[in-house]
Amino acid sequence: LGFVEERVQRTGAQIVWECLAKEGVATVFGYPGGAILPTYDAMLDYPVRHVLVRHEQGAAHMADGFARASGKVGVAIATSGPGATNLTTGIATAMLDSSPTVFITGQVSSKVLGSDAFQEVDVTGITLPITKHNSLVTDARHIARTIREAFVIARSGRPGPVLVDITKDAQQGKAEFHYPETVHLPGLREPLPPDPESLARAAELVDRAERPLILAGAGVMRSGASPALREFAEKTGTPVALTLLGIGGFPQSHPLCLGMMGMHGEAFVNTAIQHADLLLAFGMRFDDRVTGNIKTYALHAKKIHVEIDPSEVGKNIKVDVALVSDLRVTLEALTPVVEARRPEAWIAEIEGWRQDTRSRDIVHRDGNGRLLAPHVVHDLWKTTGGNAVVVSDVGQHQMWEAQYYKHDEPRTLITSGGLGTMGFALPAAIGAKMARPEAEVWVVAGDGGFQMTQSELATVQQEGLDLKIAIVNNGFLGMVRQWQEFFHDKRYAATPMLSPDFVKLAGAYDIPAYRVSRRADVVPTVRQARETKGPVLIEFQVEKEDAVYPMVPAGSDLHAMIRRPSEAGEEVRP
Amino acid sequence: MKHTLVAKVMDQPGVLNRVASLFRRRAFNIDSLTVGHTETPEFSRMTIVVDTAKVPAPLVEANLRKLIPVAEVTDVTHMATVDRDLALIRVRCAPPERAELASLVEIFRGRIVDVASESVIVEVTGDEQKVDGLVELLRPRGVVEMVRTGKVAMVRGSVVETKPAAQAAPAA
Repeated sequence: LGFVEERVQRTGAQIVWECLAKEGVATVFGYPGGAILPTYDAMLDYPVRHVLVRHEQGAAHMADGFARASGKVGVAIATSGPGATNLTTGIATAMLDSSPTVFITGQVSSKVLGSDAFQEVDVTGITLPITKHNSLVTDARHIARTIREAFVIARSGRPGPVLVDITKDAQQGKAEFHYPETVHLPGLREPLPPDPESLARAAELVDRAERPLILAGAGVMRSGASPALREFAEKTGTPVALTLLGIGGFPQSHPLCLGMMGMHGEAFVNTAIQHADLLLAFGMRFDDRVTGNIKTYALHAKKIHVEIDPSEVGKNIKVDVALVSDLRVTLEALTPVVEARRPEAWIAEIEGWRQDTRSRDIVHRDGNGRLLAPHVVHDLWKTTGGNAVVVSDVGQHQMWEAQYYKHDEPRTLITSGGLGTMGFALPAAIGAKMARPEAEVWVVAGDGGFQMTQSELATVQQEGLDLKIAIVNNGFLGMVRQWQEFFHDKRYAATPMLSPDFVKLAGAYDIPAYRVSRRADVVPTVRQARETKGPVLIEFQVEKEDAVYPMVPAGSDLHAMIRRPSEAGEEVRP
Repeated sequence: MKHTLVAKVMDQPGVLNRVASLFRRRAFNIDSLTVGHTETPEFSRMTIVVDTAKVPAPLVEANLRKLIPVAEVTDVTHMATVDRDLALIRVRCAPPERAELASLVEIFRGRIVDVASESVIVEVTGDEQKVDGLVELLRPRGVVEMVRTGKVAMVRGSVVETKPAAQAAPAA
């Protein structure tokens, strides 16, 4: 018995930090409060960098941005009740985009659980549908195992957010620290290698296809499959279309890269999808923003779906061959068994459509004295040499960024795709910059989304981050206004938006800032920002009522795109 | 069409909530769900009857497997199984009718388990069709109250033969 007493006992709070150290977590994002106080107290004895945020939603997006930029698990901490509920938008964002994240929340003492105690809310209940898994811990002895499981689950298979809710008495209680190497979770399924029979059938379809097309999604990044994808595309001469979250997975400067597909994808890309005879869906999930009307989607195409999550296979689109496995592993098995070839006629046909798109492209036209957002993004791309990590918010600017900033490297576009969370960009960029301090990181946000989380400007300054911020200000909630223009007779209900003087706002945080309203000033101002050490904010005052083209109205056929009206004013439809 | 899924789940707080929440948010239609202990204290077993008119059964299965506490899921719809549903039925029954009712219930291998002055409680066990059959026969007499457990199912034959192939290797 004397032996037992001599073993090192630690508090649950200390165990939390011991666990994070074991996982190699050096940075956490958080906000303290009553129920998490013991954990914050213990933190002072550990060499972790804690980033104090201004709102817990910011902490969640930072952890998410950190994870997306680095591939490592991002960690955020909050207190019970409102601290935890403020995290939820960020947790759901991470869930929809499969971002490996761990959230630790304080909970009221187990003695008062369920009594509506001060700042008590059923956090595991609230976050059940927006986490990959969650747990409530009421005993210090269970903290280490639960946190270990959280990290394993967050990373495994299709990654996602995991929440661990720890009662205050569990943080205060004592236990021996033992961090398990392995976890015993019978329900956790590591992906199997690709099924040989399906692999053979896929290879046969690839060899026989005359009009093949790759649809590459976020899975390319999640599985580290960029080189494998490139090898496959080059060997088979297959053009590559990207989902919004697939951008960066295949270099946009590559001759086989077509660019973005879907609702605001380029017209020639959507046209190619509708004419393909084989679609190779790699780590994408046929989201409605990508398919339009599923009844008329790619009717002439056989479909091969490589997807790690079996519940995504056959969910939206019926496929001919399903390879439920890791994308990189599957491509490394598939590439050696397919024939080397190049579908010249098909590529020529696509190039013809591409010429039509290019000739209509606003970026090749003069803005006639107006500052257009596509021009801003294009010039930002040129000036940064296409080498920046861009974190975009949600709305029109997000689509223009996706269209005109040509990303060549994985993890260089970070954006909220599935949930479409306004306010994501600034905090996610803080996380991304902390994950990759050597990278040039730009926030590209609209005036609406930026105002949702602009309080994190204080966090930028507090952490001394060299972060560049571009606000694309059109005085409207632009994408909603665009829908009102197209589908609601230009009745602009609640979309004109008053903004603060962003230059003065930045000034209040001691962040240098500029306002640009002429095309000629874009490049010099971006240059100046890049030459300045530390954060810089640029407000671009752009054309108020421009729209993102082309557009496939929600639920419409993918080939029924609204094209940008010609200069004469009439709408051009294909 | 109705599919019967058997799920082996970890016996932890909140597991039923996770399964129910999944079915709710994915708009899967549950016909019945039973849960109870198994041969191992670590696991419980759920028998879920789901309407697959709108969502194919493999998709329901795949979603169930994504829940961490779900260890195994088997679609037993097309397997040879023993299915059982238990019903307690309170039927109007005046004392002179008791003997006749008892013999009717006997045909279904049911029992009268409680007798009151104007009613009795009938207990019957069997597959759902058999229980439905008795209920229909009792209805004209006046079914005052009824409770059914919902279906439980077990695959026939030797355990070794019917054990589904492992879904995936256990995690490191």
